[in-house]
This record gives sequence, structure tokens and C-alpha cells, in this order.
Amino acid sequence: MADITALQPAATAADAPRGAAGRSYWATVGERLRRDRLTVAVGGVVLAIVALAVFAPWVATHDPLDGSVLRRLQPIGTPGYFLGTDETGRDIWSRLVYGGRLSLFCGMTPVLLATAFGGVLGLVAGIGGRLLNSLVMRVVDVFYAFPSVLLAIAICGVIGAGIANTILSLTVVFIPPIVRVTESLTRQVKSRDFVEAARASAAPMHAIIRHQVVPNVLGGILVYATSLVGISIILSAGLSFLGLGVTPPDPEWGLMLNALRQSIFVSPIVAALPGVAIVVTSLCFNLLADGLRSAMDIKLPT
Amino acid sequence: MARFVAARLLHTVLILFGVSLVAFALIHMIPGNPLDILLPPEAPKSVVDRLRSEFGFDRPLYIQYLSWLGRVLRGNLGTSVFTGREVTHELLRALGNTLVIAVPAAVLGFGLGIALGAAAAFNYGKATDRLISAFVILGLSVPHFWLAIVLVILFAVEWNLLPAEGMGGTGGFPTSWDSLRYLILPVLTLSMIPMGVVGRMVRSTVLEILGNEFPTALRAKGLMPRRIVFHVLKNAAPPTLAVMGLQLGYLLGGSILVETVFNWPGCGQFMNLAIFRRDIPVLQGTVLVLASFFVLINLVVDLVQALIDPRMRR
Repeated sequence: MADITALQPAATAADAPRGAAGRSYWATVGERLRRDRLTVAVGGVVLAIVALAVFAPWVATHDPLDGSVLRRLQPIGTPGYFLGTDETGRDIWSRLVYGGRLSLFCGMTPVLLATAFGGVLGLVAGIGGRLLNSLVMRVVDVFYAFPSVLLAIAICGVIGAGIANTILSLTVVFIPPIVRVTESLTRQVKSRDFVEAARASAAPMHAIIRHQVVPNVLGGILVYATSLVGISIILSAGLSFLGLGVTPPDPEWGLMLNALRQSIFVSPIVAALPGVAIVVTSLCFNLLADGLRSAMDIKLPT
Repeated sequence: MARFVAARLLHTVLILFGVSLVAFALIHMIPGNPLDILLPPEAPKSVVDRLRSEFGFDRPLYIQYLSWLGRVLRGNLGTSVFTGREVTHELLRALGNTLVIAVPAAVLGFGLGIALGAAAAFNYGKATDRLISAFVILGLSVPHFWLAIVLVILFAVEWNLLPAEGMGGTGGFPTSWDSLRYLILPVLTLSMIPMGVVGRMVRSTVLEILGNEFPTALRAKGLMPRRIVFHVLKNAAPPTLAVMGLQLGYLLGGSILVETVFNWPGCGQFMNLAIFRRDIPVLQGTVLVLASFFVLINLVVDLVQALIDPRMRR
């Protein structure tokens, strides 16, 4: 045992698989992604939507909060208001691009936060002993017992409306599934030969986690988180739609949809527009997740 | 099998205990004092103190929890602070109305999902597969509250074919074509997500099974393609069942947005009203009952899975 350790210093043993296999794997993934035209196009659309939201002040043609009863519910194609106006005469196009800021923010932040917290918890549960594992996983099981929409609405309903509360409740909703996926990916990696080899060569635990486990579970978590963004955007818009998320008069897609719902008899097409923005965005994130998954050749645990 | 059933039952009881803890905790998540929602800020201290001891808020938390749990286990979910009526009774009626749309939506969604998923997998890589996959992922990306609005715009506003909202008549179980018409749009809307989830699941599971050796062996044996499809689908059943159980639970608890659009008097709307009236006993009771339903559905699914597939019995 002693001379094996001497022959293979811990650090090199831990570093070797990452250096050799890691680069070629990501090169392959990049190559596959470049060849997948649908995913490239979808990625472009996502970037465009994010850019529209970020550069809203330059893209918008009007102030998103500036309304006038004189020009309420103008149809699509009105000069100066090419996507029409809403029930208080505010420009729909400007509200859609500004609305993208809040909708994307409220949709993506919970996934980012939940991935950070849930990822760490799942990693700990996957690596830790039996007691730690069942402690974390049983708590996760309890939260899993609530349908996600129900849990988000209940939490928001109790703590009140608002952007911060929306993000908090959706983060709580997304942590359990991320913990489950991370835990199961971690346990799969833990049973692989190269982890056994690293352990046999006396690599310290933190080095094994950093060099063997994390790089090998990160791809799966990334793909899974991307697929959650589409759901999260729909859920956060849904909370605003119920009056539990973003509060008026701020522009947000779900809120706009609810306000325009009263006008479906007057201008049905304009009333459906905010939903189109939600559908396109969430569809793109779902397709992006699919593209990444097949490029990385990952099979996620269910 | 008996050991498996016992283990699953024990697990379910533990989960239900956790669920009750979370539902109980809801009332204490309100910023400030739970009594603030009942009383105006200028209420005299004597009234506040009297109500506090009446509701038991002055006792230690675990005593409050145990007495609440005792009541709940006897089927008493308390009374609504807004209407003063019994939560259990009102909730059961709302749950019935939700089942009227959730069950047909589940049947439709699962049926379509299985058919589309299988059709896509058996035609892997062909145009049929691509078309179906595109439709299925679209179904998953559409917010159902928006789809509900679009369907209302098309079928109720533009073409005037179907009613836009409500249950029609007295509600309850539909007995005539006229009241059945109210069901069509909500059921269609609700079936989209289960269709998408089950469709994707069936497609990927069938593809995986087709990669095994036994379908080839069956073909070599000279079995008719129709019989091979049967064998493959039978093997795809357990994971699909698990997903269907989850989806049925989501349909019960997640239809709140769709019920809002269609003004459907089910538990979603019941809960929505409770939120805006800050009626915590109603909210707590609804969350508890829906989550328990969800847990029990999953228990049944697990047991059925074990019945079909001995490998699940671990």
C-alpha cells in the first residue's frame, strides 16, 4: 500500500483524468453543439430576447408607464404603436420589452439560487454517509409531496405579493428537484472506478470532490437547470397573473396578460401578445436544454 | 411483496407527518402576529389577549401543533375566518368540482401522450417523430393560463361555440350535453401538460427499450410487429405510471390558474379566494388535503408498479 502511494502522488492522480479526458470531452460537446443547427438558432433567439430586455430603454418606442385614455386598446398596426396599446393606452411593444426585464429576472433568479443551494445540498447528501443522506433526502421528500404550483402559490399567498417573495417561493419550489438530481448524479459518479482509484491513491476528500465529482456532475446539473428555466418563467408569470408576483403598474408578462384579459372582447389579438412572449421564451429554454442534453450525452435521473 | 408494502406505508406516514408540519408552519410564516390578519391595528389589548387564548396562540408551539393535528385527524379543518363556514365541507365540494375537470383531462392527456410518444418512438428519426416531438415540446412550453385565454378568445369570443366560463346550471357532476359543454375548454387546456410530459417519457422509454436485445429476439422469432409493440409498451409501463401519478397530483393542485381563467368553482379558485381574503384556515386546509392526496396517489402508483414489475420490489 505504501509504495503504491509513493508511486502515484495524490495530486497527480487526482489531476490526471481531468486534464486528459476533460478537455476532449468539452471539445466534443462544442463540436456537437455547433453542428446542431436548431440548438444554435434557439440559443440565438434566447440571446436576442435577453438583449431586448437589457437594452429596453433603447428598443422601446415609448415610456412603458405612460398611458392615456384617448388611445386605449388600439389595434395592432396603429401608427406609432405598432403592437397596439393596452387598457390604459400604454404602448404594448414598450411594455413587452421592459416586461422582459422583470419576467426574465423573476424566472431565472430562482433557478440560479436553487441550483446553488440545491447543488451543494445534493452534493453533500450524495457524498456524505447514510445518516446525512437520509436526513437531507427525507426533508426533500416532504417538499416533493407538494405539487410545485400549489407550494409556490401557498408560500406567496401567505408571505404576500412582490418580486422578492416570488423569487423566494420559487427558489423553495426548485431546491428539492435539484437536490434529487444532484444527489443521484453524485452517487453515480461516486461508484465509478476513477473515484475508487483516487481514493486508493490516498487523495484527500476535498480533492476528490473538486477534481473527480464536481466536474462530472456539473454538466447534468446545468442541463437540468436550463430545463427548469422554462418552467420557472411560466410559474413566475403565473404568480403575477394571480396578483401574487410583480405588482402594477410595473410591466411584467403575466401581469399584462391578466390586465388584458378584461379586453379580450375588444382586442383579442393584443390580449394574447404577452403570452406569446412567454411561450417563445420558455420554448427556447426547453429546446436549449434538449440540445445541451444530447450534445453532452447526458441521461438525467428521474 | 409484504415487506415492500409495509416499508412504503411507513414511508408514506412519515411524509404525511412532514406535510402536516409544513401546512401548520404556513400560519406562522405570516409576517408579524397571526392575529394581525383578523383584527384592525387599533384593537384594544383585552380583545387581542382574549382572541389569542381562544385560538391558542398563547400556548407553546408543539401544543398548538398537536391539538391542530388532533382536530385534523378527526376530519375537522376548522372554520373559515371570512365566511365562518366549515372548511372541510366547502373544500370537499370544491374538490369534487376540480375532479370533474381533472379526471377527464388526465385521461385525455395520458391517452394522447402514450399514443403520440409511442408513435414518435416507433418512427424514430422520421418526419412523424419530428412533428410529434415539436408538438409535445410546444405543449410543455405553453403557460396553460395563456392557452386558456386563447381558447376562450377562439371558441367563445370569435366563433361563439362554447361557453367562456363557469360550470353552467347548478354545477356538480355534468348530466346533460348543455352542462358538458362547459367542461370542454378547461379539460382541453388542462390536458396539454400531462400530454407533453407523458409523451416525452413514453418516447424516451420506448427508444431505450428498443435498444435492448429482446425486441430483436422477438423479431427473429417471427413475432408480428403488432405483438412486438405490445411487449415493448408493457415494459415501458412502470416508469410511465410513475410520471402519470405525479401529473394527476399536479392536475388537482395546479389547476388554480386555469380555474381562475374559466371561473371554475374548484379547489384552485377556493384557495385563490382564501389568499385574497387572508383566510389562513382555508388556505392551510386546502394545501394539506391536496398534498395528502398527492402523497396517496404516489403510494398507489408505487404499489401498482411493484405489482407489474417484480424488480421494483427491491
